[in-house]
Amino acid sequence: MKINIEKIRKDFPVLHQEVNGKPLVYFDNAASTQKPKVVIDRIANYYANEHSNIHRGVHSLSAAATEEYEAARKTVQAHLNATHDHEIIFTKGTTDGINLVANGFRSILKEGDEVLISELEHHSNIVPWQMACEGTGAKLKVIPINDQGEWIMEEFHNLLSDRTKLVAVNHVSNALGTINPVEEVIHAAHSKNIPVLLDGAQATPHMGVNVQDLDCEFYALSGHKLFGPTGIGVLYGKEDWLNKLPPYQGGGDMIKSVSFEKTTYNELPFKFEAGTPNIAGVLGLKSAIDYVTAIGLDVIAEYEQELLEYGTEKLSQIEGSKIYGTAKNKASVISFLLEGIHPYDTGTILDKLGIAVRTGHHCTEPIMTRFGIPGTVRASFAFYNTKEEIDKLYDGILRVKKMFG
Amino acid sequence: MTIKERQDELIEEFSMFDDWMEKYEYIIDLGKDVEGISDDLKSDDYIVQGCQSRVWLIPSKEGEQLHFQADSDAIITKGIVGMVVRVLSNATADEILKADLYFVEKIGLKEHLSPTRSNGLVSMIKKIKTYALAYLAKAI
Repeated sequence: MKINIEKIRKDFPVLHQEVNGKPLVYFDNAASTQKPKVVIDRIANYYANEHSNIHRGVHSLSAAATEEYEAARKTVQAHLNATHDHEIIFTKGTTDGINLVANGFRSILKEGDEVLISELEHHSNIVPWQMACEGTGAKLKVIPINDQGEWIMEEFHNLLSDRTKLVAVNHVSNALGTINPVEEVIHAAHSKNIPVLLDGAQATPHMGVNVQDLDCEFYALSGHKLFGPTGIGVLYGKEDWLNKLPPYQGGGDMIKSVSFEKTTYNELPFKFEAGTPNIAGVLGLKSAIDYVTAIGLDVIAEYEQELLEYGTEKLSQIEGSKIYGTAKNKASVISFLLEGIHPYDTGTILDKLGIAVRTGHHCTEPIMTRFGIPGTVRASFAFYNTKEEIDKLYDGILRVKKMFG
Repeated sequence: MTIKERQDELIEEFSMFDDWMEKYEYIIDLGKDVEGISDDLKSDDYIVQGCQSRVWLIPSKEGEQLHFQADSDAIITKGIVGMVVRVLSNATADEILKADLYFVEKIGLKEHLSPTRSNGLVSMIKKIKTYALAYLAKAI
């Protein structure tokens, strides 16, 4: 099946506007994706006609909202192919999900233990583990990367030891686009009975994820990178592991009974969903998942690879441009620099041309340190982008070069 | 010239340009003209905190007058900090602290005042005003 780009673009109201007098070219999808009208309408309709607090209400509105909320959980379960719907925890986003697990691991980690992450991680998969290590005396170990932006697997195997209590790595790199060999990592970790957490923030917008096939213990993702609302995310966890971890936050909904002497925690998934959740966000996320599923994640992946190849070829033609992240397996992200031109300067002029890219360290300072650069310019494509837009980026870069040359 | 006169002069220079392209080309030219700071002087003490490009501002004094040297690794930022320094150098600490800075808005570069441009003008001006306060406290 081929993607119907004209029809798809009509689904995204935000794309049809001018920025600085030029038609918007939105290439900042790795930071956040735009929302199709079905998602926007779903949220508006919920607040206009369906809003009520969920779970304990006896009245009809509450019961209906609860039903919708729990139906969304089943949609996510099916989307990730989780075994049980109670393995799906709604969070604020990937960062929140990772913090939930990191907080839980404070009761597991001891002095001398190690948590293994990689040089490719987003700060949100570094800092929570540093905090957990600080509190427990455990050590953080880091899988290094090669010049292409790929994990050095030999080093990974050497770093994996009896001291390793968890491997926490990203599925796809946000800064470089590398699709990491997580299957090999999970297999090796499991051979030593070590659990694995995957940061799926950048993978889920580009590919179908099957947590049973992957067999990872935890998988965290963000709704807003998956064409859904901000402030909503998902943490998948294997049932036994979620039962093993202590609650993250205390409050309503996560308890069975409360007295001043003793509180009994609720069962999964409610144990990890304290307080009134982001109901509208959950319903919006369901619509977003339904939307991408209807297009087909395979279709999306194929089209985005086409954009990636086209963009890589165009940018490589530009003299003095250098692409950072040249892994064999890549998602549709191109991080680059123009020789002698600061990324901030490039980004500022591209913005004036209506082209939205991201500049800077992309919350991955260790990667920038690794390559000895202040940051990059990152163009990240979604399935609503086109080759014509990539041509505009190409022309824009030529203009930048002329201005700063 | 007073701070006000220097601002008016900049506004007049920019009034020649009709579109953003010409304005930015001029800022780039101004950036290239900024003398800059030699690498050995670029210590963290002089850095203006920001996350995109790095900016340094070094104060010096001559009698009651304060002077500033500036640099940045991004040219547009260097041009902008160059304008700030041109406006606020050769003034007393008191004049700097009381200065009403309107040139950025008049030039049509208001976007650089937004707090999200964290290496923007706001932090540069704040840094210079901090130097002025330090001077009054006899710390520099």
